Amino acid sequence: MTRVYVPRDSAARSVGADAVAERLAAAGADVVRTGSRGMLWLEPLVEVETPAGRVGYGPVAPEDVDGLVAAGMLDGRGENLGLVEDLPWMRRQQRVTFARVGVVDPLSPDDYVAHGGLAGLRAALRTSPTAVVEAVVESGLRGRGGAGFPTGIKWRTVLAADADVKFVCCNADEGDSGTFADRMLIEGDPFTLIEGMTIAAHAVGASEGYVYLRSEYPDAVETLTVAIEIARERGWLGERILGSDLTFDIQVRVGAGAYICGEETSMLESLEGKRGQVRAKPPIPALEGLFGRPTVVNNVLSLASVPAIIADGPASYAALGVGRSRGTSVFQLAGNVARGGIVETGFGITLGELVNDFGGGTASGRPVRAVQVGGPLGAYLPVDRFDLPLDYEAFAEAGAMLGHGGVVVFDDTVDMAEMARFAFSFCAEESCGKCTPCRVGAVRGVETIDRIRSGQDREKNLVLLEDLCELMTDGSLCAMGGLTPMPVRSAVRHFGEDFQR
Amino acid sequence: MTTDVTDLAAVRAERVREIATARRGIRGPLIPILHAVQEELGHVDQADLPVIADVLNLSVAEVHGVVTFYRDFRRAPSGSSTVRICQAEACQAVGARALGEHARRRLGVGFGETTADGAVTLDEVFCLGNCALGPAVQVDGTLHGRVSPARLDALLGEVTP
Repeated sequence: MTRVYVPRDSAARSVGADAVAERLAAAGADVVRTGSRGMLWLEPLVEVETPAGRVGYGPVAPEDVDGLVAAGMLDGRGENLGLVEDLPWMRRQQRVTFARVGVVDPLSPDDYVAHGGLAGLRAALRTSPTAVVEAVVESGLRGRGGAGFPTGIKWRTVLAADADVKFVCCNADEGDSGTFADRMLIEGDPFTLIEGMTIAAHAVGASEGYVYLRSEYPDAVETLTVAIEIARERGWLGERILGSDLTFDIQVRVGAGAYICGEETSMLESLEGKRGQVRAKPPIPALEGLFGRPTVVNNVLSLASVPAIIADGPASYAALGVGRSRGTSVFQLAGNVARGGIVETGFGITLGELVNDFGGGTASGRPVRAVQVGGPLGAYLPVDRFDLPLDYEAFAEAGAMLGHGGVVVFDDTVDMAEMARFAFSFCAEESCGKCTPCRVGAVRGVETIDRIRSGQDREKNLVLLEDLCELMTDGSLCAMGGLTPMPVRSAVRHFGEDFQR
Repeated sequence: MTTDVTDLAAVRAERVREIATARRGIRGPLIPILHAVQEELGHVDQADLPVIADVLNLSVAEVHGVVTFYRDFRRAPSGSSTVRICQAEACQAVGARALGEHARRRLGVGFGETTADGAVTLDEVFCLGNCALGPAVQVDGTLHGRVSPARLDALLGEVTP
C-alpha cells in the first residue's frame, strides 16, 4: 500500500485537508497525517512516497482525488510538483527549528526519535546545567517572541537564582496578526517544544513547566496535550527523565482571548489566575516570575531551537545569520501574498527577497504597497525599503522591528491612514488598562486620526499625533502602549499622502 | 415532578462547586475553572462567581475582575453556533472588513451579538493563526480559510435554520 502524507495542520484543514485525506484513504492509500511544510498556498499538499522521495501534489481539492489516483498518483505519476524537497521554496531555506515540521507524524514518538529527536536532551543530560547555559549563550540565540533578548543570558540569571522551586514558562500566546509559526510548530512537531523546555529545566534547575497557549488555537491545544501525555508515558517527562536525576513536567494552560497576555509579565499574572495586567519591571521574571519564583519565560521558537543547538553544537547554529542576529529565523509570509507560509532561513536575507522571491508578490496581482513586519506593533514599510536585511539591528535602525517574524503584505488598495487608526483602536481594545499612556492614549489616538482624516485642523492634529506617539512610546509600562506608535508613525512617515486626503 | 428555577440554580451551583473543587489543587486554578465551567455549562453566570470565590477563598470582586477581563468568558448563553471572523491586519489585507460587514448584514446582528432565534452568535477575533490563507473564519472551533462572502454564506447555511 502506498504511503501518502496529508497535513493535519489547521491551516491545511481550513482549506479541506481532512476531506482529501478521507478520499485518499478510501482510494486505498496508507495516509499519514503530518504537519505542514509551510507552503500554504499549495495546501492541501499531498505527498506520495516513492523510491526517489516524496512527490508533491497540490493544491488538491477533495473532488480532485479520484482523478489524480486514476492518473497514477499513488505511483508518483501524473501531473505533480516534483520532489517536495527539491522545490525552490524548500531548497532556498535553512530549516533548523522547523526541520521535522511537515515531515513527521507529530504524535509519533518513534518518528520523532528516528528523525533526530531527543539527541539534544540526551546530550544536555550528559553535561552540567552551566555547560548547557553557556552553549545557549554561545549559540547567540535571541528571544524569538519579539524582544530579541539573549536566551542564554536569561537562563544564566535563573540558574544563579536560589529558590525552592523554579519554573519554565513557554509563551505560546501568539496573538500577532501575520504570525503562525508557533502554532505550526506545536501542531507539526510538539515533541521539539517539550524537549526544548526539558533542556531548559535541566539548565536552570526548574521542576515545573507551563505552556500558555491561546484559546484561538484549539487544534494546537489538543495536539500538545496529547504529545505531553505520550512524553510522560515514554519517560521523557516526569521523574528521572531518560534515566537521569531530572524531574520535570509540563502543563498546558489555555489563554482566554486577551492579546496583552503575550506580554511576559501579563502572561505570568494570567497563569497565576489573575487579570492579565502587566507588571512593572524590575523585578525581572528571571528572578521573581511565576508566583514570585525565578522563571524562564521564552517563546515557542526560542525553546524549540534549543534541541538542535545542543545536539549539533552552538557553533553550527552561530555560523548562520549576520551581525548580532545569529542562527535562523522563522519568517511568516501573510496577508495579500501569492505564496504565503513559513520561510526559515539565516538572518540577513532582505525584505525584498522574502516578499518577492519567496512570496511572489501579492495574491491580488496588484502592486505591493506596504508590508507590516513584526505584528500589530511593528512598522509599515514601503517597497523602497525592500533592501533592508532581516536582522534585529538593521530593523531597529530603520525605526522598525522584526518582532516574531511575521510579514503582512498589502497591495495598493490599502488606506494607510485607516491602518494607523486600526493600530490605535486595537490598542484601545486590548490595553490591560494599567498605565494611562496606553489606556487613554490609544483612545485619543483614534480620535485624532479621525479628525485628520476628516480634514479638521489637519496640520495641527498631525503635530498632536506625533506628540501623543512620543508620550506613549516614552511613558507606557510595556510594549503594547510603547510600540503602538510604531505602525502609526511609520504610516505617517512613509505614506503621508494617505493622511492628506 | 416539577423542577422550579430555584432547583435549577441549586443544581448549577452544585456542579460549579464540583468543577472548582476538582481543580482547586493546581497552581493558578481560576482560569482553568472558568474555562471548564463555560465548556460544560455554556457561560459563566453571575451566580457562579460567589461559588467559585468560596472554593478558592477569593473575594467575589477578584473573581468578577478576572471574568470581565478576558474576552473569552461569556456572561450569558451564546447561540447554538458561534461564528468568529478574523479582523486582524493580515486578513484585512485580503478583505476581512468587507467580509465582517457582509456577515453583520446577512445575520442582522453586530459583533458580540446573537441572532434573535438563538442560532448564531457572531463575533470578531484578532488572529486565528491562518494569516496566509485569509480571510479566516472559525465556526464552532473549526477553522476555515480563504472565506469569500459566498463561502461564508454556505458556512452560515449549515448553522442557521
